[in-house]
Amino acid sequence: MEAHAEAHHGPPVANQSSRVDATTLGMLLFIASEIMLFGSFFTAYFFVRVVNGASEWPPHPFHLPVFVAGVNTVILLTSSFTMHWSLQSIKRGNRAGLQAGLVLTLCLGLTFLLTQAREYSRIGFAPHDGGFGSVFYGLTGLHGAHVFVGLTLLTFATVRAFRGHFTPEAHWGVEIPGIYWHFVDVMWIVVYTTVYIL
Amino acid sequence: MINPFRSEAEAYRFLLVTVGYFAAIAIAALAIDKWAGLAVFGALTLAGLVYVARGRRSEPPRQQVPSRQGKENERRILVIANETVGGGPLREEIRRRSEGYDEQVFVVSPALNSPLRHWASDEDNARAQAQKRLNASLTRLREVGIDAKGEVGDAEPLQAMEDALRLFGADEIIISTHPEGRSHWLERGIVEAARERFAVPITHVVVDLEAEQEQVR
Repeated sequence: MEAHAEAHHGPPVANQSSRVDATTLGMLLFIASEIMLFGSFFTAYFFVRVVNGASEWPPHPFHLPVFVAGVNTVILLTSSFTMHWSLQSIKRGNRAGLQAGLVLTLCLGLTFLLTQAREYSRIGFAPHDGGFGSVFYGLTGLHGAHVFVGLTLLTFATVRAFRGHFTPEAHWGVEIPGIYWHFVDVMWIVVYTTVYIL
Repeated sequence: MINPFRSEAEAYRFLLVTVGYFAAIAIAALAIDKWAGLAVFGALTLAGLVYVARGRRSEPPRQQVPSRQGKENERRILVIANETVGGGPLREEIRRRSEGYDEQVFVVSPALNSPLRHWASDEDNARAQAQKRLNASLTRLREVGIDAKGEVGDAEPLQAMEDALRLFGADEIIISTHPEGRSHWLERGIVEAARERFAVPITHVVVDLEAEQEQVR
């Protein structure tokens, strides 16, 4: 019979509790940082809106293309559906579905970004045109940057899907871009509703 | 812990809920007026908070059944103790329960820390103290011929037990505390909570360190 404490050689082993697993904690910290980032922009937006005190919003002479942005919203929501479909496909071992879903998501995301760029070029005001112009470009531009990052992740996933990567058991490389893509969509819903609709 | 971005499927569900939430607010604001939109926002937010709170409360405690890892005649005992880890009654209980068995004892000494230090991730001192207590306890157990290993665990005793059970499939758990009135663990109902959470027999041992020190004098 022998008693002994756990002995280690070299540097001490890092303490790791199962209270929150590493991937969940990472995602929580990431989302918290994103919420703070978008939150600061929304704070600026509502500050400008309240301080402005105008009876109509957006203030005269600004005009927002609500319909075009609405169509863009539908495009982005559809891309979330195709993203979900692609992941469900690989979970069922359907490689063609994974590839088609990722390509469609990539195309729809790219369409969203190009439509937004086109909207910027025809909207009739610039970021330096007062507080409204600044917060409008700040919020939509910040979201656009997130879409760009999402498209980059999706490009990697798509290339890997066509090179034969991912299986029903191992598809972390699609799951993570998928989570990010849905998060970007959620943020767009908030941006579209508050900036364009309300 | 509620995290709507834990998986792609959950994130997709959260997106659909978000669409419904904002659509309802926008429709109310556009069809009636902005005050109606605000009312819908308030009502939906409140409903969401109530749903989350009720869902958490009605969640049954997860009962965990550790997988049996030992041989037929082996008795695997998980001991969880803080300052009482070197107490006489605890040693006696371990010796009594392992009698007639080929015993395997795993002692967990939680790294007790102040909430401020815990949130600041300043755990080094707490872990060092817990390691010191553990080493002393293991030495005393060896003196009475008990085969024991151990480790420093999470500051939260239930979490420390859960962590240890993942590595050490115990047949039973012994929780050692100070007497009633001096024990934070008893005040927090740790023993009852452990009985709900873990599907193995749990023995509660009370160690009165002050009385032991009096006897020594």
